[in-house]
Amino acid sequence: MRIVIIGNGVAGITTARYIRKMSDHEILVISSESDHFFSRTALMYIYMGHMKYEHTKPYEDWFWAKNRIDLKNAFVDKIDFQNKTLFTANQEQISYDKLVIATGSKPNKFGWPGQNLLGVQGLYSKQDVELMEENTKGIKEAVIVGGGLIGIEMAEMLNSRNIKVNFLIREKEYWSNILPKEEAILVGKHIAEHHINLINETELQEIISDDNGRVKSIITKAGKEIPCQFVGLTAGVSPNIDFLKNTDLNTDKGVLVTEYLETNMPDVYALGDCAQFANPKENHPAVEQLWYTAKMQGKALAQTICGKQTIYNRGIWFNSAKFLDIEYQTYGMMLKSPFEDEDSFYWEHQNGKICVRANFSKAEGALRGFNFFGIRFRQTIADEWIRNQKPISYCISNLNKGFFDPEFSKNHHQDIVKSFNIQFNNHQAKAPKKKFLVW
Amino acid sequence: MVTAKNIHHTMKTIQKIGLAIFILCLGVFISLLGIGHYQLSDKIFKETITDANHQQLLKPAVSFMIDKDYDSKIAFIADFKKAFNSVNDEFKKNQQWDKVIYADYTQPIVKHSTIGFVKENSLILFFICFVVSSLGGLMYMIPALFIEPVAGIKHNDIFKTAITSRGIIAILFSIGLISFYIFLYKAPEYITNWILLVDDLSFAISGSEASQWFLYGFLYCLVMTVMSARMYIKYRHNNYQLVRTTSVLFFQIAFAFLIPNILSKLNLPSMDFKNMWPLDYTFFFDYRIDGLISKGLLGYWMLGWGIFLFVVGVPVMVYFFGKRWYCSWVCGCGGLAETLGDPFRQLSDKSLKAWKYERVIVHSVLVFAVVMTAAVLYTYFTGNSKLLGIDTGSIREQYGFFIGFIFAGAIGTGFYPIMGSRVWCRFGCPLAAYLGIMQRFKSRFRITTNGAQCISCGNCSTYCEMGIDVRAYAQKGENIIRSSCVGCGVCAAVCPRGVLKLENLAEEGRFEAYLRPEEK
Ligand SMILES: Cc1cc2nc3c(=O)[nH]c(=O)nc-3n(C[C@H](O)[C@H](O)[C@H](O)COP(=O)(O)OP(=O)(O)OC[C@H]3O[C@@H](n4cnc5c(N)ncnc54)[C@H](O)[C@@H]3O)c2cc1C
Ligand code: SF4
Ligand code: SF4
Repeated sequence: MRIVIIGNGVAGITTARYIRKMSDHEILVISSESDHFFSRTALMYIYMGHMKYEHTKPYEDWFWAKNRIDLKNAFVDKIDFQNKTLFTANQEQISYDKLVIATGSKPNKFGWPGQNLLGVQGLYSKQDVELMEENTKGIKEAVIVGGGLIGIEMAEMLNSRNIKVNFLIREKEYWSNILPKEEAILVGKHIAEHHINLINETELQEIISDDNGRVKSIITKAGKEIPCQFVGLTAGVSPNIDFLKNTDLNTDKGVLVTEYLETNMPDVYALGDCAQFANPKENHPAVEQLWYTAKMQGKALAQTICGKQTIYNRGIWFNSAKFLDIEYQTYGMMLKSPFEDEDSFYWEHQNGKICVRANFSKAEGALRGFNFFGIRFRQTIADEWIRNQKPISYCISNLNKGFFDPEFSKNHHQDIVKSFNIQFNNHQAKAPKKKFLVW
Repeated sequence: MVTAKNIHHTMKTIQKIGLAIFILCLGVFISLLGIGHYQLSDKIFKETITDANHQQLLKPAVSFMIDKDYDSKIAFIADFKKAFNSVNDEFKKNQQWDKVIYADYTQPIVKHSTIGFVKENSLILFFICFVVSSLGGLMYMIPALFIEPVAGIKHNDIFKTAITSRGIIAILFSIGLISFYIFLYKAPEYITNWILLVDDLSFAISGSEASQWFLYGFLYCLVMTVMSARMYIKYRHNNYQLVRTTSVLFFQIAFAFLIPNILSKLNLPSMDFKNMWPLDYTFFFDYRIDGLISKGLLGYWMLGWGIFLFVVGVPVMVYFFGKRWYCSWVCGCGGLAETLGDPFRQLSDKSLKAWKYERVIVHSVLVFAVVMTAAVLYTYFTGNSKLLGIDTGSIREQYGFFIGFIFAGAIGTGFYPIMGSRVWCRFGCPLAAYLGIMQRFKSRFRITTNGAQCISCGNCSTYCEMGIDVRAYAQKGENIIRSSCVGCGVCAAVCPRGVLKLENLAEEGRFEAYLRPEEK
């Protein structure tokens, strides 16, 4: 059987690797961005000089031939689902028995005037980083539009070259459509500390060109002009499926899939950033644009393709990010405000860079989730506690079991417990005595 | 108004001045090698060649040099060597092996015969070459506190800067380091002007004049101290790094440098109490054993301590803490790698091929060290100089040359800017191999992986000085248990997602990967 995968990102490659682990099927991965799989999440580090492109490749180049995963650098621009054939941009025809669509995302552009000027770009691909290198040579000021996770990464990148960053966000605080207010403010303060100019409740109206078709400033919806030689568009991403529109394949924002990652066409599957769940679980996004979920989907899909029908089940939600120097980990469904039936405990260190939030059910006090900023936490513990609905007082009392910061790090357990007991005197927690010389 | 931009600018200027001062001092230091006059007097000859027999034998041959003024060190050394060799050649020709002089007098003779500028100004030159240059170095490093006022991992431009990414400057630096080691081991007579600078210090600490090894020990401590300041600044947010840096620095200065010298001063047997066989490959050499036991009880105790360290100390400590207790907390080679070598850690090769070479080479060196030591001890106890027809002295000499000098010194440190900071520790150190075997098979140490949070970014692998592909394990949720891991903790420090933690936990289950129930 010949399995063809479009897209060598984490979704496509994870699928390929697990199919190889389980079977001897012929596997071909077609992708147009790079010859080999690399880590998209590390793009910022290439720009900042922490790594080179080579370092972002999780497998050495010999790996693919050794595992009989064929690679082809080509762009697929048409699919004939009836005859199970792909057509590449240079007119090559490739037939398949099973097809996996893992084409990822592309940066959103909302039709802003001037969005295609020189010096205006998004950040998604390897080519984007190369372009950004060109676009930011010797410049002094930049504007970033859109305050998500890629926006903050871009701000950090530009900041590392001492380019003045004006960071436009629609919300009142940074990422406050996802983060609770306290956390959003904490990150906002840290952004200010890095001299990044966060401009809140501001949207882009228009990008202005100089005489050479290059950006020279932007105008906000409030009519304010901000001079800049670079504009980063980071207002989210959307599935990269233009070439699939108006075919027999059912699509909406992304390729519509079942919980088995099957599309409406037989033997055609989709996963990763480009897939959209036709019936997403309550409170879960229909399109999951995450590294981890792509990996988990790939693992599940490989089983289905190899004959063992497997539902993709993401389990307890988790995620992590880094806002400049502050690390963030979250476990469980933690949205900007707790659910109706939940209470929320929040503790913040006086330095304003470390905080913990725990949400739990009002009725039983069962743990629902954690947010950690500036504290690393063991996933095994968080996952197990949330899964087994451990009582909040138990969790707070035992937080030290989950601390994952490097040895000798200062441990704030006592403080957290104290603060918890004051906020929730109906659920007393108790911190164990500190043991000397044990870490 | 003091703006961030102003501060940034001022600090950059201070950095440049600091660098200029450092380079200037380094220039002075290097140029010292080329200056000076040399005059061998009868008095110096007698004071240096203390063996009356040697004095008598050499006297006629060197008499033409006495009181002659040389303004070239090279000519002076050439003449002395010619004279010295002519005596020995004569004996060799006549097969009078017992008369051949094996002692090497060149370095002390040159040093004692030095007259002029360096000798007269050694105090001020000491100040310029070591104190002012260090201050220059600090001026270069401390502004980082203001340029990057917020603590965190700052690796900006590492792969865009020549010195840290194998540029021209890196290659020049490497050549400089290798040359230094060649002079140090093989031609110390050419660096006597440097040794002269630390003579006073040596008298103060050890009660005798400085040798090239005293100079080396001093420089080693100085470089580590200055580069530790860099570590303290860089990792001011990470206590593990701060404590560990303090530890290696302490062991270097106190154990490797001060204590042995002070013991000599007190006329007691001298020893670096933290150095251990087989890294300390001369530990079982006849002159060391004899030297210790001739000093009575204390000497015996020291011999016992040295054996205890590797027989009991290694397995016990590695079991509880992993190899790191030695390699990145105590060891001198490790100490230099973690301070001077830190800017180069990202240059280690992470390929599978490198790992294959590493395993073969490092374990071969261990076998070589064991065989060499066994042969030497065989000769020591039986008095028989041949084992299986091979001269044990020559095995010992080969080891000293290829492993002790070429590998540990010239390549080990000289290649920092090319192959990263742990070339020796990774490919060559027999003690690391031994500690590693223990760590792999019997230890509570591991690097735990935080479940599924890894984004495969590659920071951990890139900054692993031992060339371990940490990501390969982390992205599968597997713990990292590798014999070569020295537990420097940098992979965990640089991980942007909080995935890695160095831990000493129960031995059971240390190889089990973390899979969430959904993925089992
Ligand atoms: C800068 C940045 C930082 C991020 N950081 C994080 C993070 O910290 N954590 C996290 O969870 N997620 C992060 N993400 C999101 C994460 O990287 C994505 O969710 C993930 O890479 C999606 O993987 P994928 O395999 O679905 O798609 P992709 O990685 O986009 O792979 C799809 C590939 O298919 C190719 N392709 C598309 N169409 C065609 C075609 N027609 N023919 C041939 N080839 C085609 C594309 O060029 C691309 O190479 C980040 C994303 C970006 C851009
Ligand atoms: S640095 Fe952390 S996130 Fe990046 S590959 Fe290593 S373990 Fe994974
Ligand atoms: S694996 Fe981590 S702790 Fe071990 S040597 Fe490499 S960087 Fe250091």
